[in-house]
Amino acid sequence: MTDLADLTILDAGAGLRAGDFTAVDLLSANLRRAAVTESHLHAYLVIDRDGATEAARAADEALAAGVDDRPLLGIPIALKDNMVTRGVETTASSQILAGWRPPYDGTAVARLRDGGAVIVGKTNLDEFAMGSSTENSAYGPTRNPWDTDTVPGGSSGGSAAAVAAGSAMGGFGSDTGGSIRQPASLTGTVGVKPTYGLVSRYGLIAFASSLDQIGPIGRTVADAATLLEAVAGWDRLDATSYRGDVPRISGSLDGGVAGLRIGVVTELSGEGIDPQVLEATRATVDRLSDAGAAVVEVSLPSTEYALSAYYLIAPAECSANLARFDAVRYGLRVEGDNVEEMMASTRGAGFGPEVIRRILLGTYALSAGYYDAFYGQAQRVRTLVRQDFAAAYEDVDVLVSPTSPTTAFPVGARATDPIAMYYSDVCTIPSNLSGEPAMSVPVALDDAGLPIGFQVMAPALGEEVMFRVAAEVERDAGFSARAPLASSEVVEA
Amino acid sequence: MTTWEAVIGIETHVELQTASKMFCGCPVDFGDEPNTAVCPVCLALPGALPVANEAAIEGILSIGDALNCTLTETSLFYRKNYFYPDLPKNYQISQYTFPLCVDGHMDIDVDGEAVRIGITRVHMEEDTGKSLHAGASGRIHGADSTLLDFNRAGVPLVEVVSEPDIRSAAEARAYGTELQHIVRALGVSDAKLEEGSMRFDANVSIRPAGSDTLGTRTEVKNVNSLRSLQQAIDFETQRQIEVLDGGGTVSQETRHWNEGSGVTTLMRSKEESEDYRYFQEPDLLPLFIDKEWRERVHARRPELPADKRARFIELGADAETAALLVDAADLAGLYEGAVEGGADPRTIGNWVTGEVVAYLRRNETTIDATGLGAPDLVELAAMTGDGSLSATAAKEVLARVLAGEGTPGAVAERRDLLQISDAGEIERAVDAVLAENDDAVDKIRAGDMKPVGFLVGQVMKATGGKADPKIVQELVRSKVDQ
Repeated sequence: MTDLADLTILDAGAGLRAGDFTAVDLLSANLRRAAVTESHLHAYLVIDRDGATEAARAADEALAAGVDDRPLLGIPIALKDNMVTRGVETTASSQILAGWRPPYDGTAVARLRDGGAVIVGKTNLDEFAMGSSTENSAYGPTRNPWDTDTVPGGSSGGSAAAVAAGSAMGGFGSDTGGSIRQPASLTGTVGVKPTYGLVSRYGLIAFASSLDQIGPIGRTVADAATLLEAVAGWDRLDATSYRGDVPRISGSLDGGVAGLRIGVVTELSGEGIDPQVLEATRATVDRLSDAGAAVVEVSLPSTEYALSAYYLIAPAECSANLARFDAVRYGLRVEGDNVEEMMASTRGAGFGPEVIRRILLGTYALSAGYYDAFYGQAQRVRTLVRQDFAAAYEDVDVLVSPTSPTTAFPVGARATDPIAMYYSDVCTIPSNLSGEPAMSVPVALDDAGLPIGFQVMAPALGEEVMFRVAAEVERDAGFSARAPLASSEVVEA
Repeated sequence: MTTWEAVIGIETHVELQTASKMFCGCPVDFGDEPNTAVCPVCLALPGALPVANEAAIEGILSIGDALNCTLTETSLFYRKNYFYPDLPKNYQISQYTFPLCVDGHMDIDVDGEAVRIGITRVHMEEDTGKSLHAGASGRIHGADSTLLDFNRAGVPLVEVVSEPDIRSAAEARAYGTELQHIVRALGVSDAKLEEGSMRFDANVSIRPAGSDTLGTRTEVKNVNSLRSLQQAIDFETQRQIEVLDGGGTVSQETRHWNEGSGVTTLMRSKEESEDYRYFQEPDLLPLFIDKEWRERVHARRPELPADKRARFIELGADAETAALLVDAADLAGLYEGAVEGGADPRTIGNWVTGEVVAYLRRNETTIDATGLGAPDLVELAAMTGDGSLSATAAKEVLARVLAGEGTPGAVAERRDLLQISDAGEIERAVDAVLAENDDAVDKIRAGDMKPVGFLVGQVMKATGGKADPKIVQELVRSKVDQ
């Protein structure tokens, strides 16, 4: 019999409604899985057993009371720990927020609770979402369930690992430069960065406000669509949230790609990309072509500068966003002889090295005399990236590329080389700069048995066509492998 | 010796009294217990985001409109970065390029002459919390401890920046006063300097009179009243003159006005000044102020102080009365009501700016709390006009009406203050006095007019002071001549 922890969200929802099992059963399956896998993975910072059990019981009552068609009712979900949860410790993997219990729920969290979702716990991340491996966590790294000697990607590595391992049925992360898509790629899951503004950022601990976007991680394209629909839509508490109608996604997943024009991004199809990843990407494109799509090659010339621009814009914004951690109102306090000393000592002790590096970079980039050469220039590149995408979308419906230049890399391999680490996001960053949606779908395993992700990008609010293409990619790839660790019976030293 | 001329620009901060704060739903209420009007947004909890308050935008647009500014079609918010414990985010959301209002002007009256002061910009920002430093110094360095109250954090704050068009401390005071009156007339703020809802910083430099170059300026902070604005600028101007006359140079710096000792002292030099690292606020979209909105704001513009003053002068008030009334809406209403009711403007002006103001000050009360209304003033003026009340008696009646004793007629009656204007009654009294004073009558008839006053006095005494002295005098003269 199938372990309930391995069901898709859609199947689990059907089972709950058919009375085959209860939400408490479902949660227990995920908790049993966590009990086995967590000692190897460390996907979670906090498992909220009591809160989750209460929510599962409430879901069972709602199910027993009659028809309740909320798609996430009773579904165990993992949340990245930069999503603010009322009463549940939220640290963004930083020492500076150790022990902080928020007095409020972020909008996405509130919508999940309203949707009847069962929040299993808070997952590990690179501190303040700054990193691509989940090694920059003040509470220790997360490992990849496909090979625990490798990283799960990052910064949403905790949520990706939990979903891949089956200690949650779905998860949420945040994507500032690839932080949902790259870990999804490295863990064989589906990860989505929606259009900027589609999901409220209220209650997401800010890294880089103009780039951050909350999005889902699921085991299938359909699960990811269901998760996204539960949180998307205008929020009066986020001035940058989109006021119009949410794109209809899950209704048209079976629409196919016949007649669609698909652009393969030239700049992301060669140099710097692992040959096996390139090969899997080519094979996927061929299958899309076989399925009726018109495939063309498209150049995005500014892609070359996107990474550099990103590493000025994101640090600049973070230098201001993280200024609030000053020991005055909450979080860590290291005493000093005067207020400046208190603030400086607290920040020196509370932030990890990567966070400090980015705050310094950003502060420098915004300084008088340097602003134009750095931040100003980066903003001009951002405009070029937008223009490149806009021009491309005049000719094609979606763009495709690898999600990550490589599969999962060994723990520690890039930890001391920031530039090598930054390069992990070369394929994903352009979509953050343009604010447009992009997602990663697993398509194959490499020779080492590690998953390879395929990226589908679409114009703003083009989630419908993006998911339709992703669903076709998923069907054609026939990717059904599960992480070796995704079992409730693993007993290993 | 060189003759120096001061060049002064003023930055004014005004807190808007909107229902809620600039970027969250917390109430703007200064009476609350510390840290009760707060939420995740104004406390800058992790994850919280700002949303701009439309009523505050409307408020600043009305100020810009009243200052004859161009209202910017696309306006941007910026982050101004600096660390201070009462600034929760450690950046202030403010404006930098593309502020909401630019290129305006205000006319002020200096010794009867209109002087035009340019307004560079009017922009929107948010206030900080309040620090209470315990311990000797009263400032953060050297304090034993500091308490923070974030109720004020995030209150909408408007900054009005003038051009360096002001040439004296007195002009600066006139500018500050007029701006205060305008803001109050718009109803967007009570603009109380003593409570900090209006605050000034003055940029002061000097140059040889007639020169068109600019000298090195200093910025004077901590100016908490219109009087100290004038004093601080006077001091700073004189200080700079002494420095330059003594062969020294003025350095660009920020100086602190010390109210007690009446001097400015160095706060920080240019080298110590902060780099605010302004960048566009990514949490807020650009503000689009469409033509319709700009026109709506302009159409709603109330009567401004300058227009009101002109109207009062047209009604017959003198310049001083008009100036006083412009800043006191309740008194102005009283004045207007009485004058429109037909009373003599000068008489009403004298009463309102004299007895009424004195009474209100003495009793620390407002006009609403007294028994006085415009119809009472009309009645009182009519009684003095027809001679039934003397000027002195009128003041007493006014005081009693203010105290709530009743209408002027009723008070005068009850207090027996009405003048005898019945000619017959006065005539009988005159006849009696003349009959008893033959000597005086004879002297007058002989051409010595001195005893007239004596006889009038006797009649007044006989009538208990209630006879109209004019009528008495006329009667005495005519009867002696007979």
